[in-house]
Amino acid sequence: MLVALLESFGRRALQLFETAGQIVILFVQTLQQMRHLNIRHAIVQMSHLGVDSLPIVLLTVLFTGMVLTVQTAHEFIKYGAQSSVGGVVAIAMGRELSPVLSGVVVAGRVGAAITAEIGSMKVTEQIDALRVMATDPVAYLVAPRLVACVFMVPVLVVFADAIGVVGGYLVATLYAGIGSFTYINSIKVFAVVNDITGGLVKSMFFGGIIAIVGCYKGLTTASGAAGVGRATTESVVLSIILIFISNYFLSLVLYR
Amino acid sequence: MIQIQLKHVDMSFHGRPVFQDINLEIAKGEVMVIIGPSGSGKSTILRLIIGLLKPTAGEIWINGEEISGYNEERMNVIRRHMGMVFQYSALFDSMSVGENVAFGLRQHTKHTEEEIASIVRRKLRMVGLTGQENAMPNELSGGQKKRVSLARAIAVNPTIVLYDEPTAGLDPIMSNTIDRLITSTRRRLGNTGVVVTHHMASAFEIADRIAMLYEGRIIETGTVQEIRNSTNPIVQQFIYGRKKSGTMTERGLDQL
Repeated sequence: MLVALLESFGRRALQLFETAGQIVILFVQTLQQMRHLNIRHAIVQMSHLGVDSLPIVLLTVLFTGMVLTVQTAHEFIKYGAQSSVGGVVAIAMGRELSPVLSGVVVAGRVGAAITAEIGSMKVTEQIDALRVMATDPVAYLVAPRLVACVFMVPVLVVFADAIGVVGGYLVATLYAGIGSFTYINSIKVFAVVNDITGGLVKSMFFGGIIAIVGCYKGLTTASGAAGVGRATTESVVLSIILIFISNYFLSLVLYR
Repeated sequence: MIQIQLKHVDMSFHGRPVFQDINLEIAKGEVMVIIGPSGSGKSTILRLIIGLLKPTAGEIWINGEEISGYNEERMNVIRRHMGMVFQYSALFDSMSVGENVAFGLRQHTKHTEEEIASIVRRKLRMVGLTGQENAMPNELSGGQKKRVSLARAIAVNPTIVLYDEPTAGLDPIMSNTIDRLITSTRRRLGNTGVVVTHHMASAFEIADRIAMLYEGRIIETGTVQEIRNSTNPIVQQFIYGRKKSGTMTERGLDQL
């Protein structure tokens, strides 16, 4: 009984390390294939993966900025610190909430789409067809998606930062009774450029995670429609977990 | 002149042997048909020839080069002179028919777009699909997909074309059309053909020589006439679909 349990844990651990190793190998292979990158494909992916995600990212972050202000404004006004609300919202959005939430939304939307697309290509032999036609699937499929995600998630985050702060502004001025000047001035006093750039650096990592995990899960899809469904779920779950874990370590490094 | 040669090739998946000690020689310009029951590893031979799989042991020679140890990059140089028609066509479903046929030309040649359009038009005419450039694969019937797949495989004028069950799942009339296309393609391009099938009518129609794979071994190789006249009871049973005294094992019948 105990031995069986330990064996099961061991097997899981080995699988985990194997997956991690294969994801790293795929990442290295993709970097090696960058010299064959088709810029046109990368731009198509940027539009498909980045621009099309903008509305859903903005909606998510707008309401996050608003709810953050509802919660902080009440408490801060109690202690006479309403002049800090704008700064707190801007720093929280710039450093953590915009990059992480954008990452999660993009993982759900784009990561799933990448895995489903590449996974269905795998099960219908289209990946083999690429190889047969002397085309490396990593260069053709993975590299443009990695470039698109690494460049477009930070762009999304720039918009998310802005809209989050605007959401906070609306709630602060219309609902909590904080003056427009107080809110904006507080941002000027507390927030620094590093609050934005740190978040953008993080979001590049998140974009990389979403693309590589999405492509890896697609390329290793088991046969059949059920295989594609399972791979898609696993891709989103793994991306989101990795985003949260890496976010902690990136925060430690970027905001010491 | 021998163009494709398999020497003492063993293949196993996860320790389970598919075939052992396969020896096969295919001359330049000949059509070799590999027949055998489902699951006997016929398609695996094609995948070994085009380098999608590596043999467990043995040597594979293409145009005088031993390719079994080649990496993807070196293999891609060999593959530029090869084409493959997949069992389920494996058309790129995000691309139109024209883009599918043009794929290899765009990836590996320096033709202008006008030249590519003209080649695509010519190849589609060859397979009887004139004017279908803008159709999407999901609008096509199974037989049309097969023909697009053939047009795509021959777009770059390969010297070797591999056909994986080209007539499986098609009605007898369409099967006959595909058979005639294989023959006419060879006549026009002078390419070597390797066809995997379990349709005996097709095999007799298109083959110069036939090899029969059974229980992991090639049990008979010869011209159409030699195979027809073979005294091997298993070959006889496979051709005529009936049991003669003391022939196939129960297991063999199950596989059929």
